Amino acid sequence: MAEPSPVLVMTGIRKTFPGVVALDGVDFRLFPGEVHALMGENGAGKSTLIKVLTGVYGVDEGEVLLEGRPVRFAGPLQAQQAGVSTVYQEVNLCPNLSVAENIFIGREPRRAGLIRWAQMRRAASALLRRLGLEVDASAPLSTYSLAIQQMVAIARAVDVSAKVLVLDEPTSSLDASEAAQLFTVVRRLQADGVAVLFVTHFLDQVYEIADRMTVLRNGRLIGEYRTAELSQRDLVTTMIGRELADLAGIEPGRPDAQAPRGEPVMRAQALGRDGAIAPFDLSIHPGEVIGLAGLLGSGRTELARLLFGADRADRGALQVDGRRVHLRSPRSAMARGVAFSSENRRTEGVIGDLTVRENIVLALQAARGWARPVPRRTQDELVGRYLTALRIQPADPEMPVRNLSGGNQQKVLLARWLITSPRLLIVDEPTRGIDVGAKAEIQRLVAELSGGGMAVIYISAELEEVLRLSHKIEVLRDRKLVAELDNDATVNADRIMQTIAGGAAS
Amino acid sequence: MSVWRHRLFWPVLVLAALLASNLFFAPRFFAVRLQDGHLYGSLVDIARNGAPLILVALGMTLVIATGGIDLSVGSVMAISGALACVLISDLGDQNSVGGVLAAIAAALLLSLLAGVWNGLLVAVAGIQPIIATLILMVAGRGIAQLITSGQIINVRSGPYRVIGGGYALALPVSVLIAAAAVALAVVLTRRTALGLLIESVGDSPTASRLAGIQARTLMLMVYVFAAVCAGVAGLIYSSNVASADSNAAGNLIELDAILAVVIGGTALAGGRFSLAGSVLGAVIIQTLNVTCVSIGIPVETTLLFKAIVVIILCLMQSATFRAVVTGRFRRPPPASPSPAAAPAPRTEIPA
Repeated sequence: MAEPSPVLVMTGIRKTFPGVVALDGVDFRLFPGEVHALMGENGAGKSTLIKVLTGVYGVDEGEVLLEGRPVRFAGPLQAQQAGVSTVYQEVNLCPNLSVAENIFIGREPRRAGLIRWAQMRRAASALLRRLGLEVDASAPLSTYSLAIQQMVAIARAVDVSAKVLVLDEPTSSLDASEAAQLFTVVRRLQADGVAVLFVTHFLDQVYEIADRMTVLRNGRLIGEYRTAELSQRDLVTTMIGRELADLAGIEPGRPDAQAPRGEPVMRAQALGRDGAIAPFDLSIHPGEVIGLAGLLGSGRTELARLLFGADRADRGALQVDGRRVHLRSPRSAMARGVAFSSENRRTEGVIGDLTVRENIVLALQAARGWARPVPRRTQDELVGRYLTALRIQPADPEMPVRNLSGGNQQKVLLARWLITSPRLLIVDEPTRGIDVGAKAEIQRLVAELSGGGMAVIYISAELEEVLRLSHKIEVLRDRKLVAELDNDATVNADRIMQTIAGGAAS
Repeated sequence: MSVWRHRLFWPVLVLAALLASNLFFAPRFFAVRLQDGHLYGSLVDIARNGAPLILVALGMTLVIATGGIDLSVGSVMAISGALACVLISDLGDQNSVGGVLAAIAAALLLSLLAGVWNGLLVAVAGIQPIIATLILMVAGRGIAQLITSGQIINVRSGPYRVIGGGYALALPVSVLIAAAAVALAVVLTRRTALGLLIESVGDSPTASRLAGIQARTLMLMVYVFAAVCAGVAGLIYSSNVASADSNAAGNLIELDAILAVVIGGTALAGGRFSLAGSVLGAVIIQTLNVTCVSIGIPVETTLLFKAIVVIILCLMQSATFRAVVTGRFRRPPPASPSPAAAPAPRTEIPA
């Protein structure tokens, strides 16, 4: 098939930030009427490439050609005027305005300075019909589901300019049927000749909708493939950068002993929450480490949040020490000895204004209630001990925590939960963005704690880490727990990766 | 830390400047004399007349620290004063200490209920604080009118007069009450974990919830505290004028209180708070009122004068503004800052 000329060509794109090369000589091309998936792990450079394309970032080297002409956008607005629109993961619309207003905001049809409401509504209705959407253009946007809102955002984007549409993780907050609805719209646009650049972490969706894909790894271009010619398994290999078989060789030591059995600390039966995580079964025993493996957005965090009462379960049952419980809030989980350190340490973890000391004693203090303050001497003693044990730098308990680096903030969070002496500790990506030494430190700590009888749920995108620490590994894909593997001699990174990718072994 | 970087440096400086300018116009401004065992003087007057504002600002500080705001404090003052005066005027003997105490207790109980109402709307019903307290701000004056049947109630009660006009230990009773309230607030917030938890919730409600803090109880407590403070302020005010005027009592005091809190260095967004700062802020505002009179600013323009002083203070407190001003008069800083001031090196790279 003779290929038509591409609508968009990026060649030799290089972009550096202080201390990091985010993109290094990346080429990318996009043809009219295709859906092209941009793939890669976290930090591979996907979002940087998109931001270069839409003019959020300038480039150090390289060229962007739109319809054969070199362009360099000063910002998203200019990119949009030239025909490149972006729809982001979080809907950037105004929920209280009507659908029509959202589509035409900033470019309302006017006569003599006055908005022509009727014309606006008609135009919006026509546009939505063309995309196959049954939506009342005069209703407030907030009356519609997130999926519809997402599609209204797309409608707005293509109406402004319809050459290149960038969809940045559009389905991450949609359930399966909503995503299917979204894809119907995307196919319609494709038929109209719009080039769609699609970024997602859902592998199944890539195979459902994309014609071709470009894989990035560590800021470099790995290759451009036709979806039909690259198996899902090979795609994962390409993204990770190692042959799956090779991973077995470098596998680190696994926990020595089998996990102690007996009465589970916590047991979930068909526990689930609509749109977050499909019903799952899980038991965890004292002294056991369970690793959660899966790609970002696979439901790892959502699962953990149910066990901590951060979100409420819609269905299923949860037992702690054999007794049925309803976790209504983190507080009620804490009262039963559960601790949870979030992956979003800035928004859900540390309190920036407060000092290191205050952050560390916060959970313990919350559990005791306001009227029983932790005596200052006890505070100083606990904080001092963990500043040393976790090598928190700078070791100044009275410094506002916002002045610490991310890795040190993470350690402060761990300290916060460890001083509550939990029986079940859930840690979500505790080593992300942490230097190697601190990482080993945290891993050693987890092994030590489980040796002392604490149950640990360890969430990490790094398989080596999960393999090294876990007695059992739970694999998640597309917001479902798809497999439970005992971490014995038969389990290796290869097998986990296959399970994550949805391959045969599970 | 250098002195002028201290959070309260600029407010203290402004207060000093205001007091000094008074001295210029009224040479005997600083004179405090002891007469019949009572202290008299302009400074004592500032403290005495500023007591209601200090009380209201105190409650407002805690509310603002949680990320909220309480617009209803002025109305609660009116309600409290109205109920106390009506009950006292109904007494057979207005000078009966027991009767007056009962009236005061009833007024404070009603203020407490007003706080519970605000707290429930904000913490349980989830209404935005500015709207939730706007309800009582508007309705509260109506409630006060209902209590007084729309009239100004005058009382002639010796015991009641003590609250606003009496003396003890050579000091005005109202000042002692305000001082006691400040001490209580400091002990409540800093000797228990209340202050820490309030600051945590104000800074990041999401992270606080995940740390197990139940914001609901805290919110309820701060709105109740703010309303009780306002209730006491209402008693002082009405005792001082020996009457209950539902329209005049606490009129626009919520704005002065918010201003006092902001001058004192507590951010409107919530988080860290400073009770000492708010007290200082309230004293500055009261001093401004006095200064307007003593330097002879016409009544019509006192609000304008107040606004100008407040703007100057806010600008001086703004780090951004100071940077702009000092940057203009100074050469760019040398390439290598002094090692003592350099922050600890960070090795983080953007994700």
